[in-house]
Amino acid sequence: MSESRRYPEEIAGPFEAPPFAFEDREGREIEIRPHDGSDEEFEALVEMYTAFDPADRAQGIPPGQERRIRDWLDNILAEGCLNVIAWDGEDAAGHATLVPDGDASELAIFVLQAYQEAGIGTYLMEVLLGHGAENDVEKVWLTVERWNRAAVGLYKKMGFETSDSESFELEMTLRLSDG
Amino acid sequence: MKVLLGVGGSEDSIRAVERTVSRAAAAGDELTVAIVENDDADRTREEVEARVEEILADAGVEAEIRHLEGDPGSRLVDTAEEEDFEQIVIGGGQTSPMGKINLGSISEFVLLNSHVTVSLVR
Repeated sequence: MSESRRYPEEIAGPFEAPPFAFEDREGREIEIRPHDGSDEEFEALVEMYTAFDPADRAQGIPPGQERRIRDWLDNILAEGCLNVIAWDGEDAAGHATLVPDGDASELAIFVLQAYQEAGIGTYLMEVLLGHGAENDVEKVWLTVERWNRAAVGLYKKMGFETSDSESFELEMTLRLSDG
Repeated sequence: MKVLLGVGGSEDSIRAVERTVSRAAAAGDELTVAIVENDDADRTREEVEARVEEILADAGVEAEIRHLEGDPGSRLVDTAEEEDFEQIVIGGGQTSPMGKINLGSISEFVLLNSHVTVSLVR
């Protein structure tokens, strides 16, 4: 991976910090909270990713089998990572994460199929970036499949700019704070 | 089978060497290792060659090692087509901190341009 990514000069945001509650377009009460480190939340995420439609996987994640899902979650819920989860009561409806990578963080976001196209992804992004800013995350990058116009549009709306369009996947970056 | 293994020196390309060599040992493939330039890799060509020789020796597999100069993707595809290789093998991509698989530019070129079957090693 290239370590010399270009980032926008301007700081994006401000973004809403968690916790954040709203009614989605289907009339469900959704609350976005930082991951509290509990086993209950871990298991709720395992359940969400086990139910995840394989057609919505991107670049190999989320993985397909429960064992691999657990290994992957161990990795991205570890100390130093920032995670927010969108809850519909006890059920995890979506999850967004910032994983440290040198002086920046890699971002990913997932919304369970039954909860897609209800406005949850936009709020998840907003609140994850708010959570990142309050934790002094300076720079954020992500990769996205270039055909995924909906995702690219969402990232642009948040202030992400394309930093590398020469690979299979589009790379986008955002400056979140002065650190 | 006559196999051309492309190695640029990235982690995934070294893993591809290990897996392809052990397959060659089991299946009796006729293996040629082509070391190519990969600007994204940390290892020098000499380090890559030393590592490849070590893996071959450990598995007791004989293979020709050669260096391809110039654009790595096109040189691999050209070599495979000109010399009637049956398969090109290359690394299956790097994994980001998040766990996302990212294909490098060499893999992309080979996949899109090769008329010879391509294997990506995961």
